Amino acid sequence: MAVADTHEIHDDHHHDHGEFIAHHFDGPEQQFDSGKLGIWLFLVTEILFFGGLFVAYTLYRSNHPEIFEQAHVFLNKYLGGLNTIVLLFSSLTMALGVRAAQLGKNKNCAVYVLITMVCAAVFLGVKAVEYSHKWDMGILVRSAFNLTYTHPAPVTSVGKWLHVSDYLVYISVIPTLLLVGFLVASLMGKLMEKNVFSKFMLGLSIMVGGYFLGVGVGLIFMDVAEGGANESHASIQTADQPLMLHAMTQETREDASHDENHDKTAESHPAADHVDGQAHHEEHAHAGGEAFSAHHPDPEKLSRNVGIFFSIYYCMTGLHAIHIIGGIVVLSWILWRSLLGQWRSDYFGPVDYVGLYWHLVDLIWIYLFPLLYLID
Amino acid sequence: MVDAVTRQKLFGTPEIHFLNCTKGWKSWAFTLDHKRIGIMYLIGVTIALFLAGIFALVLRSHLFKFDSKMLSDDMYNQMFTLHGAVMVFSFIIPSIPAALGNLVLPMMLGAKDVAFPRLNLASFYLWIIGTGCLLLAILSGRGLDTGWTFYTPYSIDTNTGVIYATFGAFVLGFSSIFTGLNFLVTVNTMRLKGQGWFKLPLFLWSLYATAIIQVLATPVLGITLLMLIAEKTMHIGIFDAKYGGDPVLFQHFFWFYSHPAVYIMILPAMGVISELISVYSQKRIFGYSFIAFSSVAIALLGFLVWGHHMFTSGQSQVVTLIFSAITFTVAIPSAVKVFNWLATLYKGSILLNTPMCYALSFIFLFGIGGLTGLFLGALSTDIHLHDTYFVVAHFHFVMVGGTLTALLGGLFHWWPKFFGRMYNDLLGRVGCFLVFSGFNLTFFPQFVMGSRGMPRRYASYDPEFLPFHQLSTIGAFVLGIGILISFIVLVYAAFKGPRCGSNPFRAASLEWQSSSPPDFHNFVHSPVLNDPYDFDSQVYDDELDTYISREFADPTKVPPRTEPVHH
Ligand code: HEM
Ligand SMILES: [Cu+2]
Repeated sequence: MAVADTHEIHDDHHHDHGEFIAHHFDGPEQQFDSGKLGIWLFLVTEILFFGGLFVAYTLYRSNHPEIFEQAHVFLNKYLGGLNTIVLLFSSLTMALGVRAAQLGKNKNCAVYVLITMVCAAVFLGVKAVEYSHKWDMGILVRSAFNLTYTHPAPVTSVGKWLHVSDYLVYISVIPTLLLVGFLVASLMGKLMEKNVFSKFMLGLSIMVGGYFLGVGVGLIFMDVAEGGANESHASIQTADQPLMLHAMTQETREDASHDENHDKTAESHPAADHVDGQAHHEEHAHAGGEAFSAHHPDPEKLSRNVGIFFSIYYCMTGLHAIHIIGGIVVLSWILWRSLLGQWRSDYFGPVDYVGLYWHLVDLIWIYLFPLLYLID
Repeated sequence: MVDAVTRQKLFGTPEIHFLNCTKGWKSWAFTLDHKRIGIMYLIGVTIALFLAGIFALVLRSHLFKFDSKMLSDDMYNQMFTLHGAVMVFSFIIPSIPAALGNLVLPMMLGAKDVAFPRLNLASFYLWIIGTGCLLLAILSGRGLDTGWTFYTPYSIDTNTGVIYATFGAFVLGFSSIFTGLNFLVTVNTMRLKGQGWFKLPLFLWSLYATAIIQVLATPVLGITLLMLIAEKTMHIGIFDAKYGGDPVLFQHFFWFYSHPAVYIMILPAMGVISELISVYSQKRIFGYSFIAFSSVAIALLGFLVWGHHMFTSGQSQVVTLIFSAITFTVAIPSAVKVFNWLATLYKGSILLNTPMCYALSFIFLFGIGGLTGLFLGALSTDIHLHDTYFVVAHFHFVMVGGTLTALLGGLFHWWPKFFGRMYNDLLGRVGCFLVFSGFNLTFFPQFVMGSRGMPRRYASYDPEFLPFHQLSTIGAFVLGIGILISFIVLVYAAFKGPRCGSNPFRAASLEWQSSSPPDFHNFVHSPVLNDPYDFDSQVYDDELDTYISREFADPTKVPPRTEPVHH
């Protein structure tokens, strides 16, 4: 009924696709402007939503800098950097997708949007590698933080077979199921000659493939970054093997009362920087494992609140990952409509809005990366 | 020439209108019509009001007797928490914007609907889910005993249903954000051609300012509650001192939202009052632009004063001073409004009908509420008054005496518009009188108790406070009866009241140009733009027995149609 309704109303507008203009708008411009303002306001709420976490970050970093100095070394800059590049690239393809939609080139739009979705999935794959690796090491939120350099041997058969962390296997269950489901759906669509549907499902399968690509690349990067352990995968290392890119050289102590020690910490900071710089240097000089083995921090010497850093890390990156997943969902919707060929030069609003959202998700990561990974 | 039947349909009481154009529960549950959504919201918030009202009456009954054993201490804590949480998150915040605002806002713009009707419906369903989660805290059998403020560290330690409740408040927050976002966009892009910002009724300015707060402040509450849930489930050590966290940080986050939120509650009420005062004085509102900009000023300044809830929390002295100073400045725009309303009344031809009685009550009660806010904003007095009944009285004067009173006034004002039927004005005024006197009887003694040191949130008290508590309890029941009477009067009117024309009160804003009840598309003919406070633009029409825009008064002129009518 709704469709018939709108047709009747908008007979006088002479747009050949009046069906996309909701009945309460006077015309396409008003609809587009409303959508655009709406999405910008939504982005504002998103920024404020993350803002709370950024404020928490700022407060803890300024009140307890030692926690951040001790903790950041556990984050892998190479994986973070890889993800940064992936997201930046996805923003480019997204922008190209919007352009294609504006020109009414639905096929191109579909391709660009699909690439964007693949990038999103790659990002999640890399994140899964990072998370599972940390969980293996007991790098958890504050109350559960229990750093250990001995990795539990995998017990799941997949984990044993591939030499990867059990956690990674668990996380990957859902993508695996999705992949199978999408492939089957695509095949069924093909058989039932529902072409668009089949293509769409194939697209989603390719997207999920991106996740496994991300996992693979992530594991390789970790391997390389950690100086190529004897075993094929970095996430299963034994106690005596180095894990970190470079380590804490600063003297750390179990400090219950940061406030009293605060000044001292601040004073010792420049020196620490200096040594840290050296560590950096070494790292480049000796490619290979032995350069790092001297540097991994002794769990005993970490501040007992070092887990707060990871609480913040998990909150921020977790919330961001949820937004990536949300992005994939809305991008799928755009992909579907591109395959249906619905964009025209005077109707492409949804692509534009989703694009803006995607750029924001990207932008937030651009802040998270240096704030979390590049502390020095 | 427009014949009498058509005229009746366009400007009078049509047979088919938005209430009966489609039937069946689905036509309501899946409606995208802002008016129906508004009515569903109205029903929802009314249920919330009655529920939380019953909690309040139980609390007051407990306090009626000295050393009462009616409720256990635990039950008492749970009762005031649920009362506060449901009142704040499920009733007051959505009340005027989501119920009245939804009904009126698009029509004041001459628009067919809000910009995003689906989002509007989603907002309502989120309201249901959120309220359901809040109440799940009771159904889970564990209750909730943190106070509506969920302060850490207690909220982390207690094993009552904090997670359900905070999740509920989180969802309600998104409901509120969606309404605000929708209103901002609608006012920006869907105004009638030629309707500049300064031709908007002041109710829209206040809804707009409110929406700014909803959009800017509520996300912060959202993330705060998520962090609290994470803290409670995983002990992330951000708010929990046991794990190196900072409980006062929670208070900062909470009030960063919740102070602006008190303006989410009061600004729309002020907007309603601006309309009522002007219409029922039949006089152009005094100082339009002052009222308009003071709404925006309140919205913006409101973000800078949250620390006045934390004077005794141990925050730094410098910060305390600054917050106190800014708190005083935020009272200025509120006072500007009160001044303008009084000036509007001056020499107006005042009609003391039910809505106007509520509007006058509002000015009086909000005046007291706002002025006592200044006592609390002054550092030295607040140290004494903080966490006493004085604070309780203060915020009830602004929230009940202000917002609830304005909501009732607004309902009586717009009721004939949306139901096409008139209420019994005498009974309406009786209700208003009971609300006003019951309210004062309830909360005035609380000022006295508070200033003498009666702490808030206590299940028992010193014998010296007995008479005050008893007065307060009696007042609460009078207030309850007053609200009940108003409720009955309104519901009766909606079904059985005598039919009334489209504009019985000679109001000039655009919504009165539609028929009563309005058509599904709001207007069958294009509304003509006029100054919302130029009452001379409305002339009496004998045939229709109601006021009508001068442009439409001549039956020989055919008004332009917006579009074919079909249902
Ligand atoms: C006119 C300007 C206002 C000023 C200067 C003001 C000032 C204050 C101050 C200083 C407090 C903290 C008292 C304490 O805890 O010791 C307070 C509490 C409160 N105010 Fe206001 N206020 C104003 C208007 C409002 C309005 C309009 C509302 C709501 C519609 C409101 C609602 C509240 C609430 C709910 C609390 C108590 C919160 C709690 O601790 O549970 N206030 N006010
Ligand atoms: Cu406040």
